[in-house]
Amino acid sequence: MSWIAIIVLAAGTYAFRFAGPVLRDRITVSDELKRYLSLAAVALLAALIATAALVEGGKFVGIARPAGVLVGAVLAWRKAPFVVVVVAAALTAALLRVAGVE
Amino acid sequence: MRSILRTDPIARDVAALCAAGVVVGLSFGAIASAAGVPLSQIIAMNAFVYAGGAQFLAVGMAGAGATAAAIVLAGLLLNVRHLPFGLAIGNEVLGARRGARLLGSHLMTDESVAFALAQSDPARRRRAYWLTGICLFLTWNVAAAAGAIVGSALGDTETFGIDAAFPAALLALTLPSLKDRPSLRVAIGGAVLALVATPFLPAGLPVLAALLALVLGRERPS
Repeated sequence: MSWIAIIVLAAGTYAFRFAGPVLRDRITVSDELKRYLSLAAVALLAALIATAALVEGGKFVGIARPAGVLVGAVLAWRKAPFVVVVVAAALTAALLRVAGVE
Repeated sequence: MRSILRTDPIARDVAALCAAGVVVGLSFGAIASAAGVPLSQIIAMNAFVYAGGAQFLAVGMAGAGATAAAIVLAGLLLNVRHLPFGLAIGNEVLGARRGARLLGSHLMTDESVAFALAQSDPARRRRAYWLTGICLFLTWNVAAAAGAIVGSALGDTETFGIDAAFPAALLALTLPSLKDRPSLRVAIGGAVLALVATPFLPAGLPVLAALLALVLGRERPS
């Protein structure tokens, strides 16, 4: 990998991270816009969760991972502790793979 | 330490998040070194890019022979989501001082933003953001460097189901933000849009396509 790629990627990523809070200070943000900004974060996070759970390299990941995420989702919805959600998700996927379900 | 973890829900959740982060960091280091990325570059990426998704993507693309320009473009597309994240949390979460803003911006990740937004008042938001940010930054850097040194000795992390742990963790963190019907509609719409767009758009863009779901966020007169 080239050093140039790493440096430009790092600089660009930092610029994105720094720009958000600064822009919010410079411009007056109405309550309605604030609501939409929170919604934008929700939309991005939901999209990240869905794609991380179901696809990798543009292809469906198989049964084990989404099944694990689903178990975690149900537990999270039932207000189980965070640790339980994470461990149950990993354990479900791992056990399914032991059982030969990919 | 144990008593802190028992009495403070924020510290307890951050600890769990970082424990999962250690394993993902280890696997990133192992995968990157297996792909032939030198240790110096792995350490530099961890510290200065500090974005797991983009780092995995960059290493994968480099292994597939992509040009530096393509790697940068894909990585930046994946990371542009930090701009709306920053707009959403604002400086009240980062803090008033210049140093806090400069440093706090760099600690912005999916997890720190989701965890901050899940809190009910500004003080707790700031605490959750910084605690998550600092803890994840330290564990990511140490674990990924260790993973690179240990190399592929860890084996395939999918064996341990770690690939399922991260979406589940992010989901548990995002769930409290889905507190009304508009946010629920936007979340479901965004997830569906990203999935539908995945076969047609290059990596990073499907997640941004989710922003189109904002049209579902209009408050309906009741």
